[in-house]
Amino acid sequence: MKFLPFLLLLTVSVASFAQGSGVAPEELLKPLKDSWPTYNGDYSGRRFSALNLINTSTVKHLSLAWSVRYTPGMPPPAGAGRGRFGGGPPAKLIVGGEGTGELAAGGGTIKASVLAVDGTLYFTMPDNAWAVDARDGRELWHYYWKTRGGTHIGNRGMAIWNNYLYMETPDNYLVSLDAKTGKERWHKTIADLEQGYFSTPAPIVVGNHVLVGTGNDIDSPGFLLSFDAETGDLQWKFYTVPMQKGDPGLDTWASLDAARHGGAQTWIPGAYDPETKLYIIGTGNPTPAYTTGKRGDGDNLFTCSLVAINVETGKMAWYFQTSPHDMHDYDSAQTPVLVDAPFNGKMRKLVLTAARNGYFFTLDRVTGERLVTAKYGQWTNWAKGLNKFGGPEHDPLKDPTVGGALVSPTSDGTVNWQPPAYSPDTGLFYVPEGNGYSLFYLTDIDPRGSMGLGGKEEAAVGTGGNYLSAIDYRNGKVVWRHRYYGNGGGGGILATAGGLVFAGDGMGNLVAHDAKTGKPHWNARIGNITNAPQTFLLDGHQYLTVATGDTLWAFILN
Amino acid sequence: MLSLKYRIAFHVALAVAASSNAWAQPPGQAPRRQGGFVPGQQRAEEDPAKVSKGKGIYGISCRGCHGADLRGGDMGGPNLLRSQLSLSDREGEKIVPVIQGSLQSGGMPAIPMSPEDARAVAAYVRSVLSTIGGQGKPPSAQEPPTILVGNAEAGKVYFEAKCSSCHSATGDLKRIATRIKDPKVLQNTWVAGGGRAGRGAASESPRRVVTVTVKPANGGAAVQGRLVRIDDFVVTLELADGSIRSFRRDGDVPKVEVNDPLTPHRELLSVYADKDVHNVTAYLVTLK
Repeated sequence: MKFLPFLLLLTVSVASFAQGSGVAPEELLKPLKDSWPTYNGDYSGRRFSALNLINTSTVKHLSLAWSVRYTPGMPPPAGAGRGRFGGGPPAKLIVGGEGTGELAAGGGTIKASVLAVDGTLYFTMPDNAWAVDARDGRELWHYYWKTRGGTHIGNRGMAIWNNYLYMETPDNYLVSLDAKTGKERWHKTIADLEQGYFSTPAPIVVGNHVLVGTGNDIDSPGFLLSFDAETGDLQWKFYTVPMQKGDPGLDTWASLDAARHGGAQTWIPGAYDPETKLYIIGTGNPTPAYTTGKRGDGDNLFTCSLVAINVETGKMAWYFQTSPHDMHDYDSAQTPVLVDAPFNGKMRKLVLTAARNGYFFTLDRVTGERLVTAKYGQWTNWAKGLNKFGGPEHDPLKDPTVGGALVSPTSDGTVNWQPPAYSPDTGLFYVPEGNGYSLFYLTDIDPRGSMGLGGKEEAAVGTGGNYLSAIDYRNGKVVWRHRYYGNGGGGGILATAGGLVFAGDGMGNLVAHDAKTGKPHWNARIGNITNAPQTFLLDGHQYLTVATGDTLWAFILN
Repeated sequence: MLSLKYRIAFHVALAVAASSNAWAQPPGQAPRRQGGFVPGQQRAEEDPAKVSKGKGIYGISCRGCHGADLRGGDMGGPNLLRSQLSLSDREGEKIVPVIQGSLQSGGMPAIPMSPEDARAVAAYVRSVLSTIGGQGKPPSAQEPPTILVGNAEAGKVYFEAKCSSCHSATGDLKRIATRIKDPKVLQNTWVAGGGRAGRGAASESPRRVVTVTVKPANGGAAVQGRLVRIDDFVVTLELADGSIRSFRRDGDVPKVEVNDPLTPHRELLSVYADKDVHNVTAYLVTLK
């Protein structure tokens, strides 16, 4: 019973940090400022904070407030130690899950957005969720999910609705936790693990809807689910590929069977427009990814597209395909950015996206009308002009070939999942730009096509340069490029009203760039950045947080 | 802030060590059977006799439509290895009813066989789909064809026109096809400009032999060495005597000149036509 005093102490300290009233769904409608209550900070996906205490003049005083390493999984036996660094004693551990606990899954990297609410930070690694004190990183509780398996590649974080949290797991459960205690409320099935699905996205709360995406690499249909925030009951399911005779888009597939195995997974959370009630999300690649086979020569809708879904009905309002008939795993699972800004002399409601395929798009987000298509990847060479809808037309000669096709970008893309940022102060859209080249070999010449991501071999043979790039949404032109020596952009981008853009440089630095020019104002060499930098206000201090692997860092002005 | 530096190094090292522990088995336990392309998935062992029996029946009753490799056959049957129904099957509960005719409306006829035989077929199907590779790669892919699709004569002409100012078939590339026997590896290597091509080659490896000259702003003597690492803030060199020096960078101060032997090759990546690449490879494989 010698642990009793410690337990009592813990109870008291948890109570004293009691996280206020949580986040009412109306709060999520406000632009990003003092807190960070949803994946992108606010619904717009701009990742632009109105905070400006840290700015081009003061950023040189930005200093470390704390850094804490978090250990996923069950604690080792007593005495083995958990390698804590300033994180305080082990927090209250809550264990859930449908697995046996025998799978000691790895993946102990923070790729999540960190929710910052009422002085508390909430974040995840696959199978793990934490609440920690925003002032010193000390654990308040740790929730561990015993997995049944699935690909443990990453988890993008949680959603909050009042005092309830929502997390997806690699074995495809939506788990709801009490934000104050970490206790599980319920868990619901998202998809069938046996069919190869694994769930990485952060859910997005809109009203009483918890919007949940998933992923899969084998040939299977993508979909988006809406769960009731209170009960966890399923409200609707939207498939991103045609599933029945008569479904829209079926004529872009060679057969219904091909469409039903056509992919278009919902890997990354979307953005939400409260005025139109449209949730706008990018969809994944078609499957099989690198061979046409039975999917035919058509566009394969609604793969590699922006789709706008009414959150009340689960019905699609419009779509725009950013990579018609993709052949390089250039999914369009990038974060769309909603901007109200002038275009050709008129204020327009826009959605911007820089796709993995090296092309940037500006659309009208009410109608889906395409306004701009522009190549932002400096050496992007897989397409030959635009199709009749304004999407890039793939060049069959640059599809994977037996002798090898020399293609930029690599299958990792010009950008991957990393969220971009947009500053209304500069009118610029900030995105990592990687211009790698690969030789794409077709290795499976079976006329039926391959399966999943099979059928090709890829050799990366060099790069035409890695950059942080600033794009003018009005024409898609790159206004400036800041050259990175490493594979920059790390976990994504943050822009602030302090005239700064924060990003990792791929060489172990967190960098504060000038939003107008890209010039670095400040850096800290803390290791390679694994999530997007974020900011919030607490006790009059503007905090800047970022993760490197299993460690969270918080900076403030001294 | 020395202590901070040490902490940073320690954190990074530990992060790497921790991540290599992925899917570690608890000590003292026999490795569990992994479930095909779903990491960690636990699937029951199939009875080999049942699988063998099922394979025989499949060959007679199923193969014509679904293919010898289960990926779909000439008579139009769907690929069973990506079928959500067969992927979810545990003991025939999903597959057997379909064999017995539950999907006739979808075009799948009832196949006359005993329930026991149908369960054996289901066991065979499961045994094959447990061999699906990572990211849904098919288990039955044929041997890839040779990548040698180019014309050696045309490759020689191209080489002599575009490459011979730096390279020679009798000098640095003498017997290159003997040193690098696999034509695909040879092609990857020369297109990348030597060294190893690979997924990581998309970023600029600091380990490549690159020389750097740093010219201090105060007019001091220039320092030259092998590049260890460089970013916007620090450049680190290994000097001729093996010692390491680093310099803080602030924009253009001090002046840093990087001499990267790969620069010309990297610039060629946007110039090559695929046909040239294939022709040059066809020529290089003759240099035995």
